[in-house]
This record gives sequence, structure tokens and C-alpha cells, in this order.
Amino acid sequence: MTNNTETTSTLMAGPRGPKPTKLLSPRNIMLYGTLIVVALYYLLPLYVMVVTSLKGMPEIRLGNIFSPPVEITTAPWTRAWSEACTGLNCEGLSRGFWNSVRILLPSVALSIAIASVNGYALANWKFKGANVFFTILIFGAFIPYQVMIYPIVIILRELKLFGSLGGLVLVHTVFGMPILTLLFRNYFTSLPEELFKAARVDGAGFWGIYFRIMLPMSLPIFVVAMILQVTGIWNDFLFGVIYTKPDTYPMTVQLNNIVNSVQGVKEYNVNMAATLLTGVVPLIIYFVSGKLFVRGIAAGAVKG
Amino acid sequence: MARSVRPNQIFRNVNAKIAAIPMVLTAMVVFVGCTIWTVVHSFTNSKLLPKLDFVGFAQYERLWATRRWLISIENLAIYGICSLIFSFAVGFLLAALMDQKIRFENTFRTIILYPFALSFVVTGLVWQWILNPEFGVQNVIRSIGFSNFTFDPLYDAKIVIFGILIAGLWQGTGFIMVIMLAGLRGIDVDIWKASRVDGIPKWKTYLFVVIPMMRPVFITALVLISAGIVKVYDLVIAQTNGGPGIASEVPAKYVMDTMFRNQNLGQGFAASTMMLVSVLVILIPWAYLEFGGRKNDK
Repeated sequence: MTNNTETTSTLMAGPRGPKPTKLLSPRNIMLYGTLIVVALYYLLPLYVMVVTSLKGMPEIRLGNIFSPPVEITTAPWTRAWSEACTGLNCEGLSRGFWNSVRILLPSVALSIAIASVNGYALANWKFKGANVFFTILIFGAFIPYQVMIYPIVIILRELKLFGSLGGLVLVHTVFGMPILTLLFRNYFTSLPEELFKAARVDGAGFWGIYFRIMLPMSLPIFVVAMILQVTGIWNDFLFGVIYTKPDTYPMTVQLNNIVNSVQGVKEYNVNMAATLLTGVVPLIIYFVSGKLFVRGIAAGAVKG
Repeated sequence: MARSVRPNQIFRNVNAKIAAIPMVLTAMVVFVGCTIWTVVHSFTNSKLLPKLDFVGFAQYERLWATRRWLISIENLAIYGICSLIFSFAVGFLLAALMDQKIRFENTFRTIILYPFALSFVVTGLVWQWILNPEFGVQNVIRSIGFSNFTFDPLYDAKIVIFGILIAGLWQGTGFIMVIMLAGLRGIDVDIWKASRVDGIPKWKTYLFVVIPMMRPVFITALVLISAGIVKVYDLVIAQTNGGPGIASEVPAKYVMDTMFRNQNLGQGFAASTMMLVSVLVILIPWAYLEFGGRKNDK
């Protein structure tokens, strides 16, 4: 150890060969120690969720929330999925799950289709005024949703879409557009222009180039967009609560109603199972997609 | 007959224009149109239905005389300032730690970032459970001997906003870390070499060389965090629903409740316009800094 501190103090004096790479240097202990503590802190809520959801209620009342279950039971999970009550309805969270799926699929497909074509037009077929609209679109992303919510209610009512899944799909498409358009525009701009020009010379038109050249070349960015939209739409609460009716509530809204309902005895294990069930879809996407998820969220942050 | 007419400008590049129709509609109808609509109606005394019966600034005067709104603003200010400080400090420190060529970097990053994939509702409910005074942290610490220990932020009106802050930070710091890490990775390796040759200690290099160089990244992070702070809604709904009493109300919730529960539209519009103003206060200087100075190089 004494030898070790000497090396660190003399390190700055001048180059003395390669840096020593001892595994247990004080620096490494500090570094990894901090990181492990931080990692444990971040993992704690997930652990508590899992542990609580596997205990019975008597055990929860007696023990502490961090202790592992003595007797593992999956009953809270089945209750959360198919029996938990919101108000008078006791069909469990499964209804919310399927509602969310029904909202998710068309929203993701529609928003990505529109935004990709849009980004392509902005990148390769610039027309007069395109940038003005694009700038408005990007700045619009910062407007608090509360400002636009009520007028949108009116628009949806006029379109006869208020309270239906179609209306919510439209809302998700609209509010997903800024980030997705930015994502696709930046990606298509980064592709070599010669490709586009060569296709033009060969007589391909707007849609021909899009479907035969751009689309096949940009599968990774489509995956990134999909990750972004699936997690974003699945996690949405605000639009779900405003633009749908109780029987088409998405999972997040139903979860909140189940857990924060004031009637009846609180079943914490069922609540945690329900919470985990709601979180599991984005978590799976996150853990499977790995670096692509990071790329997706960074796309919004790093301007092109 | 074969006159050569210059093709109409509108039909040039017509496919691209068709493709851009959704964007134009979104930008003009939703972002511009709906915003203007709300701002205009905030000067009316609309109740259950919107109507153009102008009353000047009466709604705003009432708004700023409402105790609940003032509490909301105060909460947002506390939440916002703390959240900014901690996000920046923790985000940067974690990014700096991750940048030390550590092993298992991917594992650590995955762990720190995963809360960001979860919704605010899930985040709020988990932390509601962990901070539950009967079963959560307070109970655990009491049971190991400190029987007078009190830590129940969610039931104490004075500190409830910090209970929400804990959850919000847990969810969001990973994201800030990722942005900061990208910024750190973007810094030229030669800078590090040069400062080592000059014998400058690492922390000094961070403080006086690297941090000033990361200004654009910090500004981006600042804008993203601030925009997120103003929108705080689902987290509060899930974790405390504004309680105890009205101690953890936030502006977004005030808007929603006045508009949809109390059917006091004009008041809700005025409150949401105030939210818009607060965003503009952040956004306009940023836009000016980012795009104002170098408009010509595009």
C-alpha cells in the first residue's frame, strides 16, 4: 500500500513508464465503490417491487420491505392481472394492457410512417418554406401540453374522434412528430447525397427513391424510432386520461386508478405486481435494445 | 398551341409538399393555432364552455390571488431548482466516473438509465410504497433500533415536494448522465494529454478546461430538464395526488383540475398560458444563443 501511494504522488512529476494497473488501488476502490453504491440505489426500487409482489399480505404487515419473501406466492400477480378493481369494474389490469396494445400498434405505425416520409422530404426535397414549418415543429415540442389540450378536445369532437382510440392515435401521432421528424431528417441528411442524385438520374421519383433506396438503408433508424415511440406511448398518462373513456383507458391510467383507489383494503403486494406489470413492457424493450435506446433518447438531445 | 408555360410554382416538388402536409398541419393547427386559441380564451370568462366574452386580465388577477396556484408555483420553483442542481451535479459526476475507462461500463450505464424507461406513474407508485411511513424506509430504520426516526415526506406537508423530488431524480438522472457522457466523449483526447504534460491535476482539468468546453451540452441538458420540470404532472398524480391537502400541487395539475373538474375553463387557460410564458422565458434566450449568432452558416 505504501508503495502504491508513492506511485500516485510521483505520477504527476513526470512520465515513468506505463501507468501501474493494480486492481485494488485506492483509486479503483473509490471509483468502483461509488459506482456500486450508486447502482444499488438505482436498483433498489426494482428490487422492492419484485420482492413485495411475491409476498403475502400478512408477511408485508410483519416484515420490512427490503427483506426477501419467506414464502413466495404468485397470487398477487394473478390478482393484479385479472381481478384488481377500479371502481366497480373488477377485470384487473389485463383490460388496460390490451387497451394499451390497441393504442400502441396503430400509433407507432402511423407516427413513424408519417414522420419518416416527412423527414425524407425535408432532407432531400426541400421546398420553399419547409424550414419555417420545421422550426415551428421543433419549438412546438417545448410547449406544455396543457396549453393545447382543450383546443384539441374541440378538434377531436368536430372530427367525431373524441373518446375513441382513433382520436388518441391521432394525438400520439401529432405529438410524436417533432422528435421523430428530427430523427429521420438528421439521418437522411447524413446519407451520401450521391445516392440520391444517382437515383434521380436513373429516373426514380419521390416515392420510388423513398421505398427502394432510403427505406432499405435506414432500418436501424426505424428501430430507434420504434423504441422511442413504444416506450413513449406506453408510458403516456396525460393523453390517455383526457382523450379516452374509462373502458378504453390505457394501462398507466388504469394502474393509477387501481393503486390510488380509496375504497377497500390496500393490497400492497397486488399494487406492486400491477406496477411491475405496467413497467415490464418498456423495461423489456430497454434491456433488449441496449445501445439503440440510448441512441434514441440522445437523438432528441443532440441537435443535427 | 405548344406554348411553353412556366410550370406553376405550387406544383413543383409536389410530392414533397404532400408528404409535408401532416407536418404543416401539426405545426400550424396544433402548435400555433391551439396555442393562440388558448391564449385568446384566457382573457375570457369561459366557464363550462369556451366563449368569447372578454374580461381583460381578470382571470390572471384571480389566478395570482388563488392560494392553490401560489403553492403550485412555489412547489414548482423548489422542485425545479433542486432538480436542476441535483441533475447537473449527479449527472455530471456519474458521467465523469463512467468516463474513467472503467470495466463493466455498459452494465453500470444500463442500471443507472433503466428508470428512464419507466413511466412517471410507475415511478411515483414505487416511491410512494418505499416512502410509506408504516412499511417503508421509516419503518425499517425504526425496527433496527432508532425508534424516534421520522422520515415520511409524503405525509408531511412541509417536505412533501422533496419526496417527489427523490422519485423524479431517480427517474431522470440517468438520462442527464448519458447526455453528459456523450459530451465528455466528444472532448478531444489531446486536451487530456496536454493537461497531463503540464502537470495539471485531473480535477482542475475538469473544472477549468473540460466543463467550460462542454457549454453546449450543458445548455442542451438545461433546456431538456427545464422543459421536463414545467410538465411535471403524472408523477405528482401517482405519488401524492397533490396531497397532503394541497401541499404538493403543481401548475400542470392546477390547469387540469380547473379545466376538467371545476369546469372553469377561463381560469385553466390563464394558468396554462402562465406555463407557456415560463417555458418561453427559458426557450427564447436559448434559441437566441443557439441559432441567433450563426444564422448564416446554414
